[in-house]
Amino acid sequence: MPPTNNNTTIDAGEPTSEDQLTHIRRSSLALDPAWDAETNSLRHLGDLDDDDLIPIAYFPLKANLNEAPKTKQEGLHPSASAGDVSAYSQGSSDDIWQNVPMGAPDAILGIAQAYRQCEDPRKVNVCVGAYRDDAGKSYVLPSVRAAEKMLWESQEPKEYLPIEGDKDFVRCALKFAYGPNMDIDTHVAAVQTLSGTGACAIGGRFLAQFWKNHPIYVPDPTWSNHISIFNQCGLDCRKYRYYNRSTNALDLEGMLKDLNRAKDGSIFLLHACAHNPTGCDPSLEQWKEVIDVVRQKHHVCFFDSAYQGFASGNAEVDAQAFRYAVSQHVPILLAQSFAKNFGLYGERVGTLSVVCGDAEQRDHILSELRLIIRPLYSSPPRHGSSIVKTVLMDPALKEQYYEECAGMALRIQKMRVKLVQALQKAGSQHDWSHITGQIGMFAFTGMNEAMCQQLTDEFSIYLTMNGRISMAGLNQKNLEYVAASIHVVTDGKSISL
Amino acid sequence: MAMNALSRCSNQLRRLPLTRLRQMSTSPWSFFEMAPLDPIIGLNEQFQKDDYPSKVIVGVGAYRDEKGKPFVLPSVRKAEKILAEGGLDMEYAGIAGEPRFVDLALEFAYGEDSAALKEGRIQGVQALSGTGGLRVFGEMMKKHGSTTLYLPNPSWGNHKNIFTNSGLEVKNYRYYDADNSSLDFEGMVHDIKSMPAGSIVLLHACAHNPTGMDPTLEQWKELSSVIKEQDLVTFFDCAYQGFASGDASKDAAAIRMFVEDGHLISMVQSFSKNFGLYGQRVGALSVVGRDAEEAKKVVSQMKTVIRPMYSNPPRHGARLVTTILEDPQLTAEFREECKGMADRINTMRGALKDSLESAGSTRDWSHITDQIGMFAYSGLSNEQVLEMRAKHHVYCTGDGRISMAGVTSDNVDYIANAIHDVAK
Repeated sequence: MPPTNNNTTIDAGEPTSEDQLTHIRRSSLALDPAWDAETNSLRHLGDLDDDDLIPIAYFPLKANLNEAPKTKQEGLHPSASAGDVSAYSQGSSDDIWQNVPMGAPDAILGIAQAYRQCEDPRKVNVCVGAYRDDAGKSYVLPSVRAAEKMLWESQEPKEYLPIEGDKDFVRCALKFAYGPNMDIDTHVAAVQTLSGTGACAIGGRFLAQFWKNHPIYVPDPTWSNHISIFNQCGLDCRKYRYYNRSTNALDLEGMLKDLNRAKDGSIFLLHACAHNPTGCDPSLEQWKEVIDVVRQKHHVCFFDSAYQGFASGNAEVDAQAFRYAVSQHVPILLAQSFAKNFGLYGERVGTLSVVCGDAEQRDHILSELRLIIRPLYSSPPRHGSSIVKTVLMDPALKEQYYEECAGMALRIQKMRVKLVQALQKAGSQHDWSHITGQIGMFAFTGMNEAMCQQLTDEFSIYLTMNGRISMAGLNQKNLEYVAASIHVVTDGKSISL
Repeated sequence: MAMNALSRCSNQLRRLPLTRLRQMSTSPWSFFEMAPLDPIIGLNEQFQKDDYPSKVIVGVGAYRDEKGKPFVLPSVRKAEKILAEGGLDMEYAGIAGEPRFVDLALEFAYGEDSAALKEGRIQGVQALSGTGGLRVFGEMMKKHGSTTLYLPNPSWGNHKNIFTNSGLEVKNYRYYDADNSSLDFEGMVHDIKSMPAGSIVLLHACAHNPTGMDPTLEQWKELSSVIKEQDLVTFFDCAYQGFASGDASKDAAAIRMFVEDGHLISMVQSFSKNFGLYGQRVGALSVVGRDAEEAKKVVSQMKTVIRPMYSNPPRHGARLVTTILEDPQLTAEFREECKGMADRINTMRGALKDSLESAGSTRDWSHITDQIGMFAYSGLSNEQVLEMRAKHHVYCTGDGRISMAGVTSDNVDYIANAIHDVAK
């Protein structure tokens, strides 16, 4: 059983008083998988999206710098000591930055960077967070290229977008997500955002303001940045059981229990498909069970949809979970990213939508979302959204796009099958069916930290230490080698807890 | 204000028994009210709805050419072509953005001859234009224990909004003398001397928004020594470099002076106006440290704010700027084009003043030509602004700020007549 954290009691408590929020923020921080309590700093888990070596620390105030490191219980967080400005009363203006600490050296230092610096000719990068083709190259979808060309030729202006973003883009994006049968003008308040992160950040702030004193539950495990995002939004972030490491499968029972035990109206973050990092999704039947409980408990669902079309290869299938929730009149928020499915990673394209009762609510919610965005960055960047709308509004390009996206998904699925075959061929006795059972970019192999370390040290295979490998990093050339190496490090040992 | 009303609402709702809640509505959003329109951006929406054929808007600070059309700099178009032909990938930039862009952006502001820059003491990150950089700075300083930030009175409307949302208390220092349409330098110095230790003081690097009144070089010199005596965090908002006087180096004089004088400043740069890249959201946030190590630490803290906010910045606009600033020829063209915009605005300032006088106004309008940058602080009252909107369909913000970039030879007389009519 995974070790339990004393601070993660999930129970339907009384509404939290303001006094308790400080304590909750401390313990929320302790939930952050990257939080290193000994050094009071954030470790970076080498999250796939970063190539940087990022030393990270929270500011301890000057008074605390010389003290012994705090225990987890007293986890340091700036907001915990709000109001203590003694650090600034001392020192001259020359010293204003002198108390800024450099973060503790990362335990899992910039994996992508380590990969780049590695000189071993056998090296393999399976921590990459972006799709790679079969030659291991980054891939710009031809439909996207074509759209870019069209934009260039049309001499697009560079004016500010409205605060809520490009209206046409948002319409296309919502149709893509909710399908043709949703009355988006009446029931969906939506804004353009900076990809999925931006959508979660806006949605989180919205909930912190307008759904006060309701905790947000994220799956265990989840994308590490989720917890940082919701902490920054000021939400009380907790976990719900999701993945069973002893069976390498969904812990539906635990998940349903935690849904029931949470107080009514809690917020549940759900990965719409291709769960990151486990790749383990509920089946449609299982989703129905989940949504059933959600409805009874009047929970709010915050869906994070980062892989629509990219998971199964079928954009409608990948949207089933949240579409079903909508059909059951469960209030949902949807964070939508076009980073993976359109390959527009660096252009930061996404939306946040709130499904609501009528057009009046819609207008009101939209007005509040704008108030959140304006002091954050005023208006979103237009290049990526222009590309997406150009593709989706052109019938031929749209069709081409769907094929290309499916192509990416299929290659990944093929790699899953071939990896398991290669593992068996290498002589592995383990049951690797979870690899073919999982979906999306990542496979949660079940390998432990020691095995992962060995994979990197001995075989120059770069992955994150939680056993997650990026299927996008596998190709015909490196598949056998990776399988053989995984076999060596796992032979005779357990790949489940 | 809307927020407080809503939290009161939700507090009341929470005290209701659960059964009652269920009866009321299945939607958590049913008690919402409409939030107020943004004073600047909301103006545009009003304007769009107006059917009057001769309507004019001089609201948002976006440059228009002499035909009143949005203007994409030719050097930017050339850079676009280069990018389009280059077939670049769309991979994530790092949290701090592309290092090459950041280097060029800092060089542009601090000067390539800057000793501090060469020593590595100035480090920064790509930001989501000015607003994004300001917010990251505000949040970072709040985390670092700051409590108070001082804005000039008046300042850009969104400043207070940004820093309040960062959790800082926002106060003012005297800046504009409305009676004399001039800089209240004495008041400014006095207020700066009274600021408590550790306060953040925000200075507009050039082309003060909304007044267009900037300190002279001598006055900047005095400000520098006054601030040196204090224990303050000096922060520059630089949104119009090159766009104010037409000379990018000249517009950065205050910043460069402060760095020379040893201030450990921080600064946000926007490339919205000078490069015309409004919708691309290109900017930079930087800090000057005592040494490179220190500056890097501050940057690492900026990254901890950015990562949960939007992960990493958009690439396209930054790539355009990089393409231009890397190429001496394109850079020269850009500087010319930027100067062209600044020159047209200055011409329009003269034209507006002349036209007001021709219309028969006896008021002193010399502040219109004295001021610099995109905006003219007309001196019109809120009532007069509203009257101008209703009667003449000329739209400017409620504080009487006129975006000179929206004035053209075609509409200058119409605008002058409208102003004269409400101001006489």
